[in-house]
Amino acid sequence: MNKSVYDSPDNTAVSRRHILTVLVDNEPGVLARVIGMFSGRGYNIDSLNVAEVSNDEHLSRITIVTEGTSEVVNQIEKQLLRIVPVHSVSNLDEEGSSVEAEVALVNIDLNNSNKKKIYEVCDFYRARKIENENNSIIFEIAGASDRINRFIKEVNQITKIEIVRSGPVAISTYKSTKED
Amino acid sequence: MKQQMTGAEIVLQSLVDQGVEVVFGYPGGAVLPIYDTLFKQNSIKHVLVRQEGGAIHAAEGYARSTGKVGVVLVTSGPGATNVVTGLTDAMMDSIPIVCITGQVPQHLIGSDAFQECDTTGITRPCTKHNYLVKDQNKLSSVLHEAFTIAQDGRPGPVLIDIPKDVQFAKGNYIEKEKIIIQSHRLFEPQIFKNDEKINEVVDLISKAKKPIFYIGGGCINSGPKASKLVSQFVEMTGAPATMTLMGLGVIGSSHANSLGMLGMHGMYEANMAMHECDVMINIGARFDDRVTGRLDAFSPNSKKIHIDIDESNINKTIKVDVPVVGDVKNILNKIIKTWQNRKLKTNSSDLKLWWDKINNWKKIDCLNFSNNEKEIKPQYAIQRLYELTKDKKTFITTEVGQHQMWAAQFYKFEKPNRWLTSGGLGTMGYGFPAAIGAQVANPDSLVIDIAGDASILMNIQEMSTAVQYRLPVKIFILNNEYMGMVRQWQELLHGGRYSESYTDSLPDFVKLAESYKAIGLRAKKPEELDDVINAMINTDKTVIADIWVSKEENCFPMIQSGSAHNEMVLSKDQKQDESSAEKGKILV
Repeated sequence: MNKSVYDSPDNTAVSRRHILTVLVDNEPGVLARVIGMFSGRGYNIDSLNVAEVSNDEHLSRITIVTEGTSEVVNQIEKQLLRIVPVHSVSNLDEEGSSVEAEVALVNIDLNNSNKKKIYEVCDFYRARKIENENNSIIFEIAGASDRINRFIKEVNQITKIEIVRSGPVAISTYKSTKED
Repeated sequence: MKQQMTGAEIVLQSLVDQGVEVVFGYPGGAVLPIYDTLFKQNSIKHVLVRQEGGAIHAAEGYARSTGKVGVVLVTSGPGATNVVTGLTDAMMDSIPIVCITGQVPQHLIGSDAFQECDTTGITRPCTKHNYLVKDQNKLSSVLHEAFTIAQDGRPGPVLIDIPKDVQFAKGNYIEKEKIIIQSHRLFEPQIFKNDEKINEVVDLISKAKKPIFYIGGGCINSGPKASKLVSQFVEMTGAPATMTLMGLGVIGSSHANSLGMLGMHGMYEANMAMHECDVMINIGARFDDRVTGRLDAFSPNSKKIHIDIDESNINKTIKVDVPVVGDVKNILNKIIKTWQNRKLKTNSSDLKLWWDKINNWKKIDCLNFSNNEKEIKPQYAIQRLYELTKDKKTFITTEVGQHQMWAAQFYKFEKPNRWLTSGGLGTMGYGFPAAIGAQVANPDSLVIDIAGDASILMNIQEMSTAVQYRLPVKIFILNNEYMGMVRQWQELLHGGRYSESYTDSLPDFVKLAESYKAIGLRAKKPEELDDVINAMINTDKTVIADIWVSKEENCFPMIQSGSAHNEMVLSKDQKQDESSAEKGKILV
């Protein structure tokens, strides 16, 4: 309710994190339409993930993490539905209604003095070492975002690391998986 | 085997199939194949504008005066960028437009080729949908889908970008009837969800003591039948009704229940009634900031019903109690049936008290202005224009500014689709090309662009178009040598420092008209006015009537920025309270 140039009557609503999952036709420009709507209307994207989910039907799933009051997120959902190639929008909001996961790859600066500690932490968090041609030390960790946060924080305290993260993807836990 | 056509022929065939009669456009390198095909046929008329911006406003005027889709054809690069303002205008005011742009051939896309630009990228936020067509076999399905999307649900502009090689390539044409559009790409009527809402709506209205209808442009977009149904229901309830700038004409100005326009320069009684009502019935309006004034003081004690086809308008700025998503004519039909079946009535004694209150507000006579015999008051000019044209089938377009608001206040509209003005975007330069489009669609009607001296210069080149096609459009300029609304705001909010709002070196509009072989007329004194208006409407030529009006007249009444409906300022001498004025200054 704070989208007008005029004073907002209600600034007391709580702003919090929401995961939106958007099913779209996989056609050129569709991602630009979705993110353009966010930037054009002044909404935030904390993370974004997009991949084709049905090759024969040309469908992609976009997962967006955003922050806002329920009014703002409600408005985001309705604005998304105005976009022609959008099939459906779900707010995976309700407690326990969805499972989310993300992947991080971490390149770790390893030496003899920190080796033992690092492996302990990686073991604890079930981070998996990925062999590669340059013999650098790269770990993969998948799971809930806050678990990855804790992992990164601990490794960071030991040594320098380089990180890439996918941002979360999420799926509803309700049994019917059929969209539309 | 099916006969193959070139891409350009497929475009033309699709337009014919869609019943298109007129295309507004301007040729250029990347659309030459389409123009070549246009040359070889007789079913579609092309109107050559003098700048692409004129083409799209003309298409808007055509669309708004007929309810049909307006079609635009322009080239790549500057052709496409020049239509961006018009696309945004059509997006804001929900006008169905199909705009076809040429694009450089596919192998040059991305190479910064001559007259290349990322047209779909640039126009993505200002179209309802857009396409870059890379396969000539998909052209017909894209075009047919575009026409459907432009008119479907909440109408809007759709752009189709066609690379030049696709225009030359041979492909298959698919007829309109054979195209299947996936349902998620269209508006989904929510009939089942709404049925229970209809009962809530009629219950609220029947119990209301101080109801008011707040009627918007959605009623016009829903078609003439919607306007009839709205008037019918307003009469059944006996409640007052006010209209937005976009909704003028839904209920006739002379209708007993009409309070006229509301909002920033709306009627005092309409705004006061909005402020004090207990049930507000918003039909096809969107709580625009020009209408609501300060949000935290907007109609504080009312239950609000909101009927809108676009769900994103619900609770966007104002929280409502009963939202109903759907097309006005369908919803109103159901409401009227339910009202009749349940034999509902409003309480006549409550309504009488409510009307007494409203009639007291009316006594303020908010449109009062001090007329005199020395100079023409702009309000008087519009009053005379109305009196002398009211018996003809007249279409009024406007530019943007003071003259637009005076036109909205003083010209009385009795029918929908007769009033064409740029509401949402507020585009100066809209009115004249829009009048050209309306005149093309209604060759035997009187089409008048009420303009200001500053606005008219923004698309004055279209004089050439009007004269070429013998369009008897009348340009009625309220000439005060100022950008009047800018000057008014500078007077009210910026200490009277008229920074760059005086237009020096204006052309001699009479000679300007004559140089285009049109007719130029001028009125400097009130006693000349009627003769000039009569001369203007009694010729079948394009006319510029240059009306010299008092220079520093302000448009009142006014809800200044940052104020609420019940804080209207009626004249220059009445000051806005200081804290609202300070807050209001930063608003638009």
